[in-house]
Amino acid sequence: MEAVRRLRAGLRGWGGVGAMAVVCALTVIFALVLPLSGTRGGGPAGTGGQGVAHGEQARADDDCETRNDPQNRSLRPSSNESGTAIKRIKDNGFITIGVDQNSYRWGYRDPNNTDGKAELEGFDIDIAHRIAEEILDDPTKVRFRAIPTNQRIKAIQDGQVDMVVRTMTISCTRMDEVAFSQPYFKTGQQVLAPKSSTIEGYDKTLAGKKICSASGSTARDTLEADQKSGKLVASADITSVNPPNQLDCLVRLQLGEVDAVVTDGALAASQAAQDPTVKLVGAPFTTEYYGVAMNRDAKDLVRRVNQVLEDYLKDGWQKSYDDWLSATLGDDSTGSRPPADQKYRD
Amino acid sequence: MTYTPKGSAPPSAPPASPGASPSVPPQATPASRSPLSPAAPDGGPPRRTAFAEGLDQLRAAATTEPGRLRVIGAVLALLVVAFGSVTAWQMNDRATAADDVLTSSQPLSSAAAGVYSSLADANTAASSGFLAGGQETPESRARYEREIGEAADGLATAAAASEPGSESEQRVAELNALLPKYKGLIERARANNRLGYPLGGAYLRYANSIMQDQMLPKAQKIYDNENRRLRDDYSDATSYPWAAIALGVVALGALAWAQRRNYLHTNRVLNHGLVAATAASTIVLLWLVAGHTLARSHLNDSYDHGVRSLTVLNDARIASLKARGNENLTLISRGAETLEIKKDVSVDKFDHRFGQEMKALASQLATAGKLADDDKGAQPVKSALANMQAWQDRHRSARTADEEGKYQCALDQVIGGKATPDCRAGDKPTGECFDKVDENLNTALGHEKREFEQAARGGLDAMTGLPVGAAVLAVLAAAGAVLGIGRRLSEYR
Repeated sequence: MEAVRRLRAGLRGWGGVGAMAVVCALTVIFALVLPLSGTRGGGPAGTGGQGVAHGEQARADDDCETRNDPQNRSLRPSSNESGTAIKRIKDNGFITIGVDQNSYRWGYRDPNNTDGKAELEGFDIDIAHRIAEEILDDPTKVRFRAIPTNQRIKAIQDGQVDMVVRTMTISCTRMDEVAFSQPYFKTGQQVLAPKSSTIEGYDKTLAGKKICSASGSTARDTLEADQKSGKLVASADITSVNPPNQLDCLVRLQLGEVDAVVTDGALAASQAAQDPTVKLVGAPFTTEYYGVAMNRDAKDLVRRVNQVLEDYLKDGWQKSYDDWLSATLGDDSTGSRPPADQKYRD
Repeated sequence: MTYTPKGSAPPSAPPASPGASPSVPPQATPASRSPLSPAAPDGGPPRRTAFAEGLDQLRAAATTEPGRLRVIGAVLALLVVAFGSVTAWQMNDRATAADDVLTSSQPLSSAAAGVYSSLADANTAASSGFLAGGQETPESRARYEREIGEAADGLATAAAASEPGSESEQRVAELNALLPKYKGLIERARANNRLGYPLGGAYLRYANSIMQDQMLPKAQKIYDNENRRLRDDYSDATSYPWAAIALGVVALGALAWAQRRNYLHTNRVLNHGLVAATAASTIVLLWLVAGHTLARSHLNDSYDHGVRSLTVLNDARIASLKARGNENLTLISRGAETLEIKKDVSVDKFDHRFGQEMKALASQLATAGKLADDDKGAQPVKSALANMQAWQDRHRSARTADEEGKYQCALDQVIGGKATPDCRAGDKPTGECFDKVDENLNTALGHEKREFEQAARGGLDAMTGLPVGAAVLAVLAAAGAVLGIGRRLSEYR
């Protein structure tokens, strides 16, 4: 804590100037990179403004917002298991993990599993099993708890679960409430459209189209901000269909009530896996990372999980990707793998 | 009688007011008079209307006893006939309304309730079948199809019964359009579920929201309209025939007065005709009051113990169906939809709705228990209540299992499975309790329906023959009155 405080104090002086320099540099980089993916000039300025706006909401971590690097703020991995959080898990003999039951290929239950055990399966579930295996020497010593999207943070804070592995995006705002592991997956908002559609990506081909996004989702917020800043064509209808869950958007797409869906690329891939007539179009237009969320006080657990993830990325991650995601995200996993030069807060 | 035919002012004009109305010409100027009554100059009286002449004649006749008797006879006959026809007319209205209650508005209200509960039942059956996945039982599939068919039949009945251009007709048309859409979504949900895609669950939730947010409210509207019609028929059938009763009292009073007058004039105690008229009128009045009071009490009984019980039991059945549907959907949606019940407190939407419907079920069963007036009606309600409590206990156990991540165990405790060491209550599903609640409610509904029909039929029977009887007796009474007076008149010839 002392180090962090000193760091903050420093930032107020020359550090602040340095941070601003970094923001300027980032803005320049954005300006250079974004036009390549077919965006208008208004985009970069809008993105910068958005970052500042968020910074006001999450005063506790101004620095995270300005640098926009929440994925690089976890604790350094360690195999040390002497901390209190890990001791409690070992005493229990099992680890409670909050997961999703509805995300095909990530965390879901096959209703046709006839051997009497409708087990959860998917990319997130593989990670959960791996964490149990490394900490408790048994991949089955895990109690899955299905939690809704908007209950993820509360479940951690209330101690209902030890951790959440549930396509959860690492964000600066959430960092005030929970601790994140290092990222285990890279994704971004992406457009999903029928294969026969004229939509080619997050660009002017969306003009006059009806776009579905889940209410209260990152996708919905991004669409609104982009339409304000002019990054998204004004004639695209983003407000008339906003169902409670991202999967509901695929229902509306199949029924012809909307022309395209915008959601996390990873979840869009899970939708595409359920309907061979739709596909992901264009590149992701934001960058987000999924991480394992834990209680802020369980520092020992965060470090231990980071160690598990570091090992997992070397051995296991690729197999799980091939099993669950390659069919819809492509055989090349480099776009989904978090950067190799992982940075930490300390 | 002589006055000057010409002259600007009659000499006899009062001099007191010479300037009172100078502009008004004298009433009789020859110019205006002559074309109207050319006979006037000869001094004859002006011509009078037939009515006025008749009135004068009557007045003249009334001064003689035979004349008075004629008038009395006519008035008596008129009063008695008016009494009879108003009785027949008012009681005919009430009997028709009572008949409508029994044969038209109550069956239609039941049919509308049937549409509602069939739709809710189909929705519940669809979610139960969905939970079983590819292993959906033939029973659950058959139940879904049957309820959809019954809903469609009920809609056809409601369409035939609704007046053109009415709100009900519009709602029926809208429901007819939504039903195939709903069914299409359910089939898509099934197909995706069979492939093992969670998308199936999303389709089912969409179908469910169309059912809950669009179809059921429309069905409720039709049900409300039919219930209003039923209440109107009831109030038409039970309103007091005041006009008939008042006329009856007046007619009897007039008959009594005529007989007293007869006695005072002749010292004869009895006039056969008038006595017969009095007897017939008294019978009609007593029949009217007693028959209507009896019918009214039967009808009120059929409302209190039949219609009210039926309404509460229908509501209870619908609440249990909805609760079951939401219980299934809690497992199907698996946390996909939440509801913020107060700030920062979010709960699973379907589990929350389950709780609400169970609360409604409990309160309706309590009301139904109070309304049940005999053991045969109270017994099934009591059993339903006990089953509902067991249901809630089992539901809690299933929820605990689900929250602990034992999905299969939770599923077994909802749709039925095997008891295992891991899941001891796996063979005690909430579905059993729901089925028993449903069964008991159906028994109670059948009983109350019989009670209603019996009481309403009693009410209708109490009014049978009254309109015709009143008419016939009134004619007899009128004849009696006329004959009785005629007998007195003949004494003057």
